[in-house]
Amino acid sequence: MAEDGRLQAAVAAGVLPSEEAFAQLLRSIVVVARAIFGAKGSSVFLFDEDTDELVFAAVASDEEQDLVGRRMPSSQGIAGWVLSSRTPLVLEDVQNDPRFARAFAAGTGYVPKGLMAVPLLYDEEVLGVLQVLDRPERASFSLKEMELLGLFASQAAIALALLRSARRARTELAGDGEAAAVAAIAAAVEGLEGPKREAGLALLDVLARVLA
Amino acid sequence: MSLALHGASENRAADDDLPAWSLPRDAGGAIAIRNPLPARVDREWALAGATGKGVRVCILDSGVEAGHPLVGEVASAVAIALDEDGQARAEPETEGDSCGHGTACAGVVRGLAPDSEIHSVRVLGSGFKGSGDVLVAGLRYAVEQGFDVINMSLSTTKRQLGDVLHELADTAYFRRTLIVASAHNMPVESFPWRFSSVVSVGSHEEVDPLVFYANPDPPVEFFARGVDVDVAWLGGATIRATGNSFATPAISAIAALVLSKHPGLTPFQVKTVLSLIANNVAADGRG
Repeated sequence: MAEDGRLQAAVAAGVLPSEEAFAQLLRSIVVVARAIFGAKGSSVFLFDEDTDELVFAAVASDEEQDLVGRRMPSSQGIAGWVLSSRTPLVLEDVQNDPRFARAFAAGTGYVPKGLMAVPLLYDEEVLGVLQVLDRPERASFSLKEMELLGLFASQAAIALALLRSARRARTELAGDGEAAAVAAIAAAVEGLEGPKREAGLALLDVLARVLA
Repeated sequence: MSLALHGASENRAADDDLPAWSLPRDAGGAIAIRNPLPARVDREWALAGATGKGVRVCILDSGVEAGHPLVGEVASAVAIALDEDGQARAEPETEGDSCGHGTACAGVVRGLAPDSEIHSVRVLGSGFKGSGDVLVAGLRYAVEQGFDVINMSLSTTKRQLGDVLHELADTAYFRRTLIVASAHNMPVESFPWRFSSVVSVGSHEEVDPLVFYANPDPPVEFFARGVDVDVAWLGGATIRATGNSFATPAISAIAALVLSKHPGLTPFQVKTVLSLIANNVAADGRG
């Protein structure tokens, strides 16, 4: 987000739903992705620019493991390739690659036979990677499934973009600068009801005219 | 280089310095096309007996695992890296393939054009940051090396890289280097596959690796085998893979076959040949 968008972001932060709501949205995406493909698992990785890492942002898996928050280098393995190349991949028999198997088992606790991995592209940026693990075995893969995967990825990318905006806005809110003050006012007005809310909005309206 | 406007060189003598973008009166006969295509181009003329021998194919990707049973010898391998000042440099490859993807592409080329030379330029696997600049530097390096074919089973969505990639694609085109680039599997804007100076490739679902189709509705120009392809992967392994990534080296290999049998063809001519022998076009009954 551009520097001059920080005030607006901070104001938005005062009225945005919680980050937890976005996390739930992401989780619903991986749950549905798993269901649609009849897969064993699905996960979303978020790219952390500051650390150059991929972070598990949501996981739907039969394995009862708390993977959310785990990190790995952005250039590692198949997810890393998909991120950097911005290109989806569908692979079967991946356990034939011993290096992949070891790395994946260390990260997730089990080694899938197959996986679909697709970049989460929003505008010209790549925000992360969506993976679907172990579709049921069938004779062949179809380009229709690839298309479906792309549609899911587009939805997940929008959710990730919203999540990132909310995080950035909250960073502003948490600061001590003027943006935090504006955000605090926005949040306070959002919490008002009845005549107090009307008075608060009227006050802001006057303030806006004075400052314009 | 600044471009001379057409006609600006008319006062110059018809000497060796004559720019290629103008032609003196009556000089047409002196610039015969060196490798004209025959009146009839079919698969027999284009491919029969070809092995890719003498053709240098560059895999611009995640590196290539040399010695893999499906890849064999890798003639040269470099990794593109950015130094502290952000300057790109090509270093001798020390890590091999960082993912398996480049090895897969190399294996597809080797399978169809067994005697071609495989060269690896690694542009992925050294971190996400700067990966766009590394991609551009890698393509620039590959063009400078004068490879006959550059396989790019990847693209970038960064618009700011579009212009420089476009310039490099055009430079390659005029230097007789054919860039074969994957169309994106998703409906997004990405580069360089959309440029007309490259050959762009999408997937079809058939199993014959030599079956490919010309697309009457570009920007994707050709469809090749890209679904459930058995490809080389890390550790000498073979896996099954789907994506335009794996259709692209099939076209790279077919182009290498054409070039091994008919050296010196320009990218324009190779693309023309590919169009003429595509299975939905070919007049020899195979279409």
